[in-house]
Amino acid sequence: MIRTPLRPLARILPARDKGENTTAIERENLRLRHEEMQDQSRQRAESRLLVLGLCFVMAYGVVAARMGLMAVSEPHEPVAAASSSVIAAQRADIVDRNGNLLATNFETHSLYAQPPHMIDPIRAARELADIFPDLEYDKLLRDFTGKRKFLWIKRTLSPEQKQAVFDIGDPGLLFGPREMRLYPNGRLAAHVLGGASFGQEGVSAAEVIGVAGVERQFNGYLTDPDNAGRPLTLSLDLTIQAASEEVLAGGMRLLNAKGATSILMDAHTGEVISVVSLPDFDPNDRPRDLVEGDASDSPLFNRALQGVYELGSTFKIFASAQALELGLVHPDTIVDANGPMRVGGHLIGEFRNKNYGELSVSDVIVRSSNRGTGRLALEIGVTRQKAFLEALGFFDPLPLEVAEARMSHPLLPKRWTDLSTVTISYGHGISTTPMHLAAGYAAIANGGHYVSPTILKQDGPQYGPRVMSERTAAQSRAMLRRVVSDPKGTASFGEVEGYAVAGKTGSADKPKRTGGYYEDKVIATFATLFPVHDPKYVLVVTMDEPSDNSGEKPRRTAGWTAVPVAAEMIRRIAPLLGLRPQVEPAELAGISLIAN
Amino acid sequence: MTEMVYGAVPEHAGEPILPKWWRTVDKWSISCVLILFGIGLLLGFAASPPLAERNGFGPFHYVQRQAFFGGVALVAMIITSMMSPVLVRRLAVIGFLVAFVGIALLPVFGTDFGKGAVRWYSLGFASLQPSEFLKPGFIVVAAWMLAASHQIGGPPGTAWSFGLCILIAGMLAFQPDFGQASLILFAWGVMYFVAGAPLTLIMAIAGAVIAAGTVAYSHSEHFARRIDGFLNPEVDPTTQIGYATDAIREGGLFGVGVGEGQVKWSLPDAHTDFIIAVAAEEYGLILVLVIVTLYSGIVARSMLRLMRERDVFTRLAGTGLACMFGVQALINMGVAVRLLPAKGMTLPFVSYGGSSLIAAGIGIGMLLAFTRVRPQGEIADILRGRH
Repeated sequence: MIRTPLRPLARILPARDKGENTTAIERENLRLRHEEMQDQSRQRAESRLLVLGLCFVMAYGVVAARMGLMAVSEPHEPVAAASSSVIAAQRADIVDRNGNLLATNFETHSLYAQPPHMIDPIRAARELADIFPDLEYDKLLRDFTGKRKFLWIKRTLSPEQKQAVFDIGDPGLLFGPREMRLYPNGRLAAHVLGGASFGQEGVSAAEVIGVAGVERQFNGYLTDPDNAGRPLTLSLDLTIQAASEEVLAGGMRLLNAKGATSILMDAHTGEVISVVSLPDFDPNDRPRDLVEGDASDSPLFNRALQGVYELGSTFKIFASAQALELGLVHPDTIVDANGPMRVGGHLIGEFRNKNYGELSVSDVIVRSSNRGTGRLALEIGVTRQKAFLEALGFFDPLPLEVAEARMSHPLLPKRWTDLSTVTISYGHGISTTPMHLAAGYAAIANGGHYVSPTILKQDGPQYGPRVMSERTAAQSRAMLRRVVSDPKGTASFGEVEGYAVAGKTGSADKPKRTGGYYEDKVIATFATLFPVHDPKYVLVVTMDEPSDNSGEKPRRTAGWTAVPVAAEMIRRIAPLLGLRPQVEPAELAGISLIAN
Repeated sequence: MTEMVYGAVPEHAGEPILPKWWRTVDKWSISCVLILFGIGLLLGFAASPPLAERNGFGPFHYVQRQAFFGGVALVAMIITSMMSPVLVRRLAVIGFLVAFVGIALLPVFGTDFGKGAVRWYSLGFASLQPSEFLKPGFIVVAAWMLAASHQIGGPPGTAWSFGLCILIAGMLAFQPDFGQASLILFAWGVMYFVAGAPLTLIMAIAGAVIAAGTVAYSHSEHFARRIDGFLNPEVDPTTQIGYATDAIREGGLFGVGVGEGQVKWSLPDAHTDFIIAVAAEEYGLILVLVIVTLYSGIVARSMLRLMRERDVFTRLAGTGLACMFGVQALINMGVAVRLLPAKGMTLPFVSYGGSSLIAAGIGIGMLLAFTRVRPQGEIADILRGRH
């Protein structure tokens, strides 16, 4: 390898010796070297440029080829084709515990208009007004001939209506696929199901959202595409729900009540088998919320979950149960129920100013003595009473999975004095929902465990923490049985042959909005459990302002109103629940065994 | 003697400018550019009436503007292409400095036209995007620096130009305009490659990019979703890409006919970023292939001519300009056919847009100036036994 020297010293040195300027020689050398380098770099760049150029040509070739492939592929219809498959079965069904359909989806169409595309807006408006009586011709015409480019006319159409609109034949009237929520059983279990309406609406689909009840509570579950094939299974039993509703509606009509509610609950699992609130509504055509007046007057009002009432003497059993549990008394311990009884400056009276004298604890319940339970409550004291009622769930909103249950805050006294303790022991001064009461009675029925009410089907007993002993629960049940079976008991109309009903009545005067109580308006409640020897179910029937006018004077107490309705209900539903009647063998009187 | 050594065509100092220009300039590339511009006007007639209607102008308002700006751009192109490389370099450096200051002042005086990125100066009658003018200027400056580093005793031009490149890319990314930033990086990379980047470095960078992409894909959910969505053959028909895809399919081989296309009514960017979709729908694959051929023709011709170029600066600057031009067209069309993720990039000379048109004219003018026939010592090569 020949190395070229960087500087041409062979020329520079002699030139320097001669005293010449060497710059020209250096420049010449530099120029030659640059030229050499340029040559080299051009050679290298030549190949690299070639590579670069080829890359570009190839890339352009790929773009052209891709374009060609796309150009020869078949164009497909945009948008509309895909949408109908997306909308189908977007919301899961709701079924009862036996798989009967409670809520499902129904494919229908919405109607909208694009006035710029209309051929004959006047005729379209006239014919639409003929088809839909609720549409006004003038308004339609104004919309169709004005500046609007788009408007909804109907959210959902029946097939007949759709055909009729189709027959108008105007290209400016268009249909959008819709899936609407359908409740095939109409009013049945309306308050539990709630209802659904359209959320965001588009031309090709609309979102269905639950607005109340389980539809709202489980909106996320129902709309989750993962659950599309899996319905939501409720604890309700459609047959029993229907029977309860029928009996309760009959009772309400006979007794001139303003409203009524009944709850049937499995005492071991907490499952709500039926829950009725009257008056009710059709969730397929959900009425609007009241904008003025009392919300409880609306048929949307769910008395079982939203109706916070003073439930009266039905609470007495909790006082006696706690007294038994604490060992303060036996069922036979004599309690002084003599008047006058004065607590915190207030007189404690009895129903119709009776005076029962001295009673056993058992009789306090049977005769429903306010003074008797008041004495027991004073023995128990404020702190222990509060703890017991809290353990029974009376202080918190219902844990039930229905949207309205979240608002069921019980009303409690601001200052819990001795007087509060006494009045609360017979169910005044504390307001809870009938569902709260059912959960409390379930603890007595199942042997002392709190169970939280649920609207979802359960697999087996769901016992919560123990609130009283097995023995206390059994003693309380025996007392409740006597309320029904004893001729002096307040619920003697509640006897249902073969089903050993036990329960407690409660008739509480309705509080006035302005303060104080009405004298002629009561909330009548009957809380029962049956069959008493092995209680499986708790039933609470509450009637709002009932009045039995068949006698000389109107009778409003629970014994005359809620109790017969509850008895009739048990008579109807107990066989449906699969309970066998316990028939005592009748005496073989009148049959002669003597052969003649 | 000199003429015998350096051969080629004898250059007389007195040769008239125009004949000399016509003799030395790349007539093929000029033809391609003129045809492209004509296609652009033709497509403008199809694509811009919906926009004009939306903005309340006459139907061919934007075509008229395009023709005006196109005329200015063509004049600028021809004037630029008549200059000598040294003059081009001097003017480009000045232009670069002005555009650089313009970009630097964008956050203060610029406007975003409600599009979320501050890229424009509003001049009242038109808007100006300085980054369009910065690109050719930057390429010339960077080429000058890279060439200087090839001189004996020259400055460390490679490092300087790289620093400048990073600075400008950062400023563009700050606007944010990642498309232009990546174009700047790409142009510098190409020039560095031609200037003689070591092969090991190129391999290492390629490896690093692949590794980083793999890591990002497997670790960043956002990135993975973008890529998956891009690779997914099902395209949402309501997106711009979806409309463009449908338009290309509708067009088929010969198009649906002049003025019959529908995509221009649904695509907001039909006259700029997705003009190729309009072309494909109305004139079919034929016109698209013509357009592709024109672009690749310009790039390939420039490369071929630059292969003979002896001067380092001229070669590098020409390469940078040609590649920038070519890759911009490539990205625009690649997006329309879903080979590349969506990126707002205009189709040079075809898309509507005043500053992009004039900047493209100046850029191509420079390229033409660099690719003019000059004595390159071919005889000396032949004498030395090379070709």
